Amino acid sequence: MLDKVLIANRGEIALRILRACKELGIKTVAVHSTADRELMHVRLADEAVCIGPASSASSYLNIPSLISAAEVTDASAIHPGYGFLSENANFAEQVERSGFTFIGPRAETIRLMGDKVSAIESMKKAGVPTVPGSDGPLGDDEAEILAVARRIGYPVIIKAAAGGGGRGMRVVHTEAHLLSAVNVTRTEAHSAFGDGTVYMEKFLENPRHVEVQVLADGQGNAIHLYDRDCSLQRRHQKVIEEAPAPGIDETARAEVLEACREACITIGYRGAGTFEFLYEDGQFFFIEMNTRVQVEHPVTEMVTGVDIVREQLLIASGLPLSVRQQDVTLAGHAFECRINAEDARTFMPSPGKVTLYHPPGGLGVRMDSHIYTGYTVPPHYDSLIGKLITWGVDRQTALIRMRNALDELLVEGIKTNTDLHKDLVRDGYFQQGGVNIHYLEKKLGL
Amino acid sequence: MVNRCLKTRHRVGIYCKLAGIDITRNTPNPIGRDNVMDIRKVKKLIELLEESNISEIEIQEGEESVRISRHPNGTNWQTPMPQAASAASTTQAPSSTAEPAADTAPVYKGHTINSPMVGTFYRSPAPGSKAFIEVGSSVKKGETVCIVEAMKMMNQIEADRDGVIEAFLVEDGEPVEFDQPMLVIA
Repeated sequence: MLDKVLIANRGEIALRILRACKELGIKTVAVHSTADRELMHVRLADEAVCIGPASSASSYLNIPSLISAAEVTDASAIHPGYGFLSENANFAEQVERSGFTFIGPRAETIRLMGDKVSAIESMKKAGVPTVPGSDGPLGDDEAEILAVARRIGYPVIIKAAAGGGGRGMRVVHTEAHLLSAVNVTRTEAHSAFGDGTVYMEKFLENPRHVEVQVLADGQGNAIHLYDRDCSLQRRHQKVIEEAPAPGIDETARAEVLEACREACITIGYRGAGTFEFLYEDGQFFFIEMNTRVQVEHPVTEMVTGVDIVREQLLIASGLPLSVRQQDVTLAGHAFECRINAEDARTFMPSPGKVTLYHPPGGLGVRMDSHIYTGYTVPPHYDSLIGKLITWGVDRQTALIRMRNALDELLVEGIKTNTDLHKDLVRDGYFQQGGVNIHYLEKKLGL
Repeated sequence: MVNRCLKTRHRVGIYCKLAGIDITRNTPNPIGRDNVMDIRKVKKLIELLEESNISEIEIQEGEESVRISRHPNGTNWQTPMPQAASAASTTQAPSSTAEPAADTAPVYKGHTINSPMVGTFYRSPAPGSKAFIEVGSSVKKGETVCIVEAMKMMNQIEADRDGVIEAFLVEDGEPVEFDQPMLVIA
């Protein structure tokens, strides 16, 4: 078992990781910026080290500072959480080279999945269905680019190979706009990611976002933990997630779950990961893989009973998976509402002091949050202040439970998007289930 | 930070420096033997001392005894104190019984030089060599006053202005975090 873990993150996920470490008797080191001295997990950790000033670049993204902190505290491993350096292959490499365990996949796997073109290629080889596309980066030959688009069929989407998560993308509806769109996306990609490589895919007009959670121990064992539906999004940011995805063709689902599990073994995956798909007309299309624990992991935990962060720690300790595929069963349904410190209508960030915080409770209600009465939400980081998760024996029950839990939730002193969530859980189409990724923006009139 | 120094004598004592409070624990047994008086009891005694105006407590349990006495902050812990000396130190206590010693931090005239990174603090360029500078010496702007070592690289920390070294706040070899005050220049 790992002896001491340095948590290279902040906010709710850092608290989540700390809890999992404590349960396993693993010592914890909380690194934080000067703005984050009062974080909940910093107060609870065995040791705390200030690693830099408020700016993320100088603290949570500061590789030398993080590794130095691991050295002076004599940590055995580093958990990167999500965001920040969690999918930075260089960081993973440097961590391992410095003699610490990186809690996640090997650096080369992160690199493979970080390049969207190579990720798609390896998924195709592993038998995972992908979106019809250019099957490789777009070259400079204009005639070829036009030919690829004609083969795929409009509308198409140009994507940056180094992008992902909704960044570096452009939709093209007609041939007249294609070449300029490719050039602009290339330039944008180069300045944003340092890599101007782009590829093309068929643009699915009304897909749902359905993803598959996997766990692999790097010793030849891999399991899937079923799927999640994260179609309620605004500007590529997920707002509400649920597990399992409602109304999915069962044959297609069984096939894709198995394909993901096998792909893990084929690519030698290690740790927790998520295969993201677009689902349209009963078909799954792979778009990208996230080689880390995700924000929405709790909904999967609620319906499968598997503690994903705990499994990450066990895998990193060199243990084989404690659960076999045949032991994983789906029970009930779960939702998660991302509570952000922002205006529910304008989405303007709302940092500041939380004068009163009261979380909901009861059977099937889980609140993953680092905030407390008197805590000041700093302006330097993302606005996620908590995740409200509900579970019910069926989707209807879980949704009603979420409605009631949102009514109980109190956060005063700052604005939150709780009112937006209250609206969404009462939305007729959402209640029916199966809305696509454009639904929320259409509803909000964006 | 807890500084522990173990000395072997015919009577073994374990000396701890814990927020300005001295603990002298005497067991007649050699190192390695489990102490009957466990750490929880010692913790409770420390709490008792901190909450009260008492300057010293000594408890005896069988052959074991623990003496906990107040020390004003800033005492540099170099060598273990023999029985006679620790008895003498308690005479300082009466004047400070009004307030807990742990709260009276020394007031410095100068400003602090804080660590620009996470690492290990060193007073001298190499182990065993002379320290860059001592307390009381004058220093010029740009002069190296200490080193912070991070990931095998030695980073020289310079004085940001002319002045006199008033105090060092960190001990040689101790880890430092970002922005931690390391020394005071007056």
